[in-house]
Amino acid sequence: MTVQDIEQPVVDTEEEQRARQKQITKIARWTLPSLVLLVVIGGWQAYVTLAEVPHYILPSPWLIAKTLVTDWDVLWPALVVTGRLTSIALILAVLGGLAIAIAFTQSKWIELAMFPYAVILQVTPVVAVAPLLQIYVDSAFLAALLCAWIVAFFPILSNTTIGLKSADHNLQDLFKIYGASKWQTLRYLAAPSALPFFLGGLKIAGGLALIGSVVAEFVIGRAGTGLGLASTLLEASYRFNFGRLYASLILISVMGVAIFGLMSLISHLCLFRWHESALKRED
Amino acid sequence: MQSKVKAARPQLLRMSHIEKTFRGDVVALRNLNLAVNQGDFLSLLGPSGCGKSTALRLIAGLITPTSGSIDWQGGKGDNDLGVVFQEPTLMPWAKVKDNVWLPFRLRGKSYGSVKDDVMQALRLVGLEEFQNAYPRELSGGMKMRVSIARALVTRPRLILMDEPFAALDEITRHKLNKDLLALREAIGCTVIFVTHSVFESVFLSDRIVVMAARPGRIIGEVNVDAPYPRADSFRTSPDYAASAAEASKMLTRAMEDAA
Ligand SMILES: Nc1ncnc2c1ncn2[C@@H]1O[C@H](COP(=O)(O)OP(=O)(O)OP(=O)(O)O)[C@@H](O)[C@H]1O
Ligand SMILES: [Mg+2]
Repeated sequence: MTVQDIEQPVVDTEEEQRARQKQITKIARWTLPSLVLLVVIGGWQAYVTLAEVPHYILPSPWLIAKTLVTDWDVLWPALVVTGRLTSIALILAVLGGLAIAIAFTQSKWIELAMFPYAVILQVTPVVAVAPLLQIYVDSAFLAALLCAWIVAFFPILSNTTIGLKSADHNLQDLFKIYGASKWQTLRYLAAPSALPFFLGGLKIAGGLALIGSVVAEFVIGRAGTGLGLASTLLEASYRFNFGRLYASLILISVMGVAIFGLMSLISHLCLFRWHESALKRED
Repeated sequence: MQSKVKAARPQLLRMSHIEKTFRGDVVALRNLNLAVNQGDFLSLLGPSGCGKSTALRLIAGLITPTSGSIDWQGGKGDNDLGVVFQEPTLMPWAKVKDNVWLPFRLRGKSYGSVKDDVMQALRLVGLEEFQNAYPRELSGGMKMRVSIARALVTRPRLILMDEPFAALDEITRHKLNKDLLALREAIGCTVIFVTHSVFESVFLSDRIVVMAARPGRIIGEVNVDAPYPRADSFRTSPDYAASAAEASKMLTRAMEDAA
């Protein structure tokens, strides 16, 4: 493996072209969506202004932007409330999902006995379950939390369960040959093998925790959670305050994007050193 | 003369009347008798499906024989075994040095307490400077070297290798063959080496045990008396050609028997 000195740099046109193409794609990744956004907002504003659409039917982007500023005193606390519910639910979903997944892989019997119920819990629409939670759980906050938790924990559970079982067979044999204990095998083999799967589940769970929180706020209402973004949105719709309604909606979206970004960042930081998914391909 | 020296070697383990039947009717091994002596470089040579891997898995204790027994001279201690698979089988999330540390780590030894052994094993396979690399940064041959370093880091009495170089290109393979012999000289362990290649088995081993399939069994043994260390020139010597011819003939018989 010796690097030969080359007298003068040789220009490979194909490589050059590829590099240029890459550069262009990189720029387009940001500029194109931004352009679409500008066109949509511009068209929307023009339509509302020219067709004189009343604001209680469709508020203009400008009105929404103004509302975001003027109603910030209402919106910010709502954002905090929803954010808190979502993050607590997500954290509990991670802890619960991991604990149950580990229990499943440590004992085949537990898995056989419990897995169908985890699935049932998942496939039953949370909107249908939420009112029941409200009835049976005294604390409305707990009911809301449970509602968000139920939706968020399943992807963590199912991904981690698969991941814990995905360790390389030869490595499993090697651990057996070296007399590794169950705990050592979990810690040094199963857990690292499961990490990419778990992180994949985490990305989905982040979004689902938010959805669960929004549903909880809709169904259980402000009594339990305080006035969150979804409750604010609902109230605004009763009052035909469409500026605030759209402002809340936008904040919910922004929150979803932020959660996804954060989860992707965590995933990247955990994997970039060794995992294939984090490798930059050369082409 | 060599053979006499070999006969005087103390026995390391003995497999007696081993039968292994899978799922009721697949007879993987039938009446296998094999004595492995300390210092042997023993190759198991045979067609696909003749039970070579099964024999290794039995020795490693990963599966138990349907009948028959495997006896270790003086009992099998904790440190007695190193294993190299066809794939490098490294933990992709761990650095090279941590992969090599694994056998110690599983016995509760801290990295600090065995650092010298880990470094020496890496030096033996020529990868000391890659200690902090991750497996994906290494070539196939380098990964296999790490795998070998891991197998020998505890200085086991016996190293089992299941077609370790089968997936490598010929040039890398020859290089690793030579390095493997040098390593063995350096640490003096016993090796059982599974291979499909007559030439590889002749170059490496002093005992070639030829197996046939359906049912898996031993049909003969070829002794390669050329002394170690063996240089590249051994590949072109008459002794080499003679041993290769003998092993090939036996292998051909093994294939005919099966057919
Ligand atoms: N776990 C198992 N269950 C059922 N049959 C098995 C199992 N392991 C091996 N066998 C069978 O036992 C026989 C011997 O298999 P083995 O893997 O030992 O052969 P081998 O000599 O290593 O072959 P190869 O050169 O292809 O690796 C084969 O017929 C195989 O199908
Ligand atoms: Mg095999």
